[in-house]
Amino acid sequence: MASKLTQSNKAGWAFALPGFALIAAFIILPFFFAFGLSLTNQRLISPNPTAYVGLDNYRNLLGLAIITLEPERDEAGQVIRDADGAVQFPRVRTITRSDEFPQYRGMREWFRWQSGEDARIVIASDVVFMKALTNTLLFVMIVAPAQGGLALCLALLINQRLRGINVFRTIYFMPVVVSIVVVSLLWRFIYDGSDGLLNNMLSGLTFGLFQPVDWLGNPDTALGSIMAMSIWQGVGFHMVIWLSGLQTISPTLYEAAEIEGASKWQTFRYVTWPGLRNTAVLVLIVITMQGFALFAQIDVMTNGGPVDSTQTIVFQAVERGYGRQDISGGSTISVILFLLVLTISFIQRWLTRERT
Amino acid sequence: MAALKPDNHGLRLAVRYAVLVLIAAIFIFPLVFMVMSSLKPDFQLLSDTSSLRAFLPVGDISLNNYTAAFARAPVGLFVFNSVLVTGLTVLLSLFVCSLAAFSFVFMNWRGRDVVLTIIIATFIIPFETIAIPLLLIVSQLPWIGLDGFQIGWLNSYQVQIIPWIADGLTVFLFVQFFRDLPKDLIEASRVEGASWWQIYRKVVLPLSGPVIATAAILKFLVMYNQYLWPLIVVQQEAYRPVMVGLGYFFQLNPAWGEIMAYLTLITVPVLAFYLVLQRAFIASIASTGVKG
Repeated sequence: MASKLTQSNKAGWAFALPGFALIAAFIILPFFFAFGLSLTNQRLISPNPTAYVGLDNYRNLLGLAIITLEPERDEAGQVIRDADGAVQFPRVRTITRSDEFPQYRGMREWFRWQSGEDARIVIASDVVFMKALTNTLLFVMIVAPAQGGLALCLALLINQRLRGINVFRTIYFMPVVVSIVVVSLLWRFIYDGSDGLLNNMLSGLTFGLFQPVDWLGNPDTALGSIMAMSIWQGVGFHMVIWLSGLQTISPTLYEAAEIEGASKWQTFRYVTWPGLRNTAVLVLIVITMQGFALFAQIDVMTNGGPVDSTQTIVFQAVERGYGRQDISGGSTISVILFLLVLTISFIQRWLTRERT
Repeated sequence: MAALKPDNHGLRLAVRYAVLVLIAAIFIFPLVFMVMSSLKPDFQLLSDTSSLRAFLPVGDISLNNYTAAFARAPVGLFVFNSVLVTGLTVLLSLFVCSLAAFSFVFMNWRGRDVVLTIIIATFIIPFETIAIPLLLIVSQLPWIGLDGFQIGWLNSYQVQIIPWIADGLTVFLFVQFFRDLPKDLIEASRVEGASWWQIYRKVVLPLSGPVIATAAILKFLVMYNQYLWPLIVVQQEAYRPVMVGLGYFFQLNPAWGEIMAYLTLITVPVLAFYLVLQRAFIASIASTGVKG
């Protein structure tokens, strides 16, 4: 190579510097700051100097323990039952506020189950964060396969040679260019408990048999409703990525399959799917990263409610870091989120690896 | 049999189109609902949701909601802010990122590969994981503006623009594109004594139309639809972009007709833009997936 001609240290740095400096200052620096700040008690504005607090922030978020409560007994040793026959247990407070168990101080009940006569209770330092964590994981675990799978179906549908097929591709992709904030607001109308479009449609289809549901106001349906809307909004994006993957598969392979007399399913199974392997990994990772970032939908539609059923990790990070100006708490959540995203991406890469 | 076959084919075709149209309806109905509702008074808007009238321009149709929305909130200001922030960021991003990519692909300099690797590695950092520490950083940065020297970027245009100029994906898109350009062309210009700047400006940029369109569209979508970042760094109305300005309509009793008018106003231009350039939009999304 004509290395003399292209060798240019000064000019090279000068060209790269604006971009690199901006990325360093506004992506890399805050990324490392997050780790550093998570070990302090930094606030956005504070009269007190910042102090190093070790892993306290992590303990306050992730502290978990299982305690066992024995049922209350009367003097004869009989288990006390209430009017409904339910076993009576002492209150969790008797442990979390007791001086006997300083390690459980300030923790609250997350959930419990019955084990023999005893009750096992999972207590957490931060129950809301635990719910945010499980909601986000649930969201990703359901949305990733559902959205990826539906997007593939749409891509296969759009990949047919039909007159006017581009019109449909354009329409399916349309929600992607609309802001998620606008989409979330519109879907509040669809999900509304009294006048909602969804309730009206379902009741029309069942000739009035369907009982209206307050989709976003009910803890059992709120997260699922947000999942459905998110899938609707983003599926066109992944359809396009699948489509570009489909178009890299050589037509000669399909011709060969046809000559061999392969069925449609066989063609998909042995020609299409193997050709989409890299696309599949990419789609899965992109949806996962988007899923973990779930925020705007929550902020516009439910604010984390009802009863914390739609809390998410990013919503919690913003509520603390911005809402309560607790930068260190928000940073700690950010670090936990990053480690989660990284771990899940590695697991996905490993599960979808080329098997030899 | 021979007579049956074409019929059968026609039927299958009809079924295929029916499926396609049904799915299209699922994707389009909330947007139709939005536009139609923006033309109706509140009481009619709410009562129409119980029938297909929700998707039709029937009843008491007017543009009153639009005038009311403008009267209630500084809509023009919000739109101006969004257009300014989006436009400037897109332009600066194209310039800064293409310049860096140029130096990675065409020039030899010490540290080049390390810097490129670091930039590509930032792909795995979702913005949501740096938003909070970045909030602290920008709240402490100095700025010299028209009002003189001050500390802290909160409530400003620059806080919405500068952190978003450079990103790994845009640099990467340019790098990918430049790698497919003929190297001889650049070396020939070098032999003729052209400066690096001249080569970038006169040789490479004129060939870069497709990647500029791709990068511009992706940046445009990200910037215009910004929500989380302006929500936490801009409290003053003067700098508020359209998506955050929406909060204005949710004081006390939301006036749904006005909200629908505002949503239509901020969404329809983007949709129109998309419909005109749909090939470029879809190609730009597809290009993020090609070799990633």
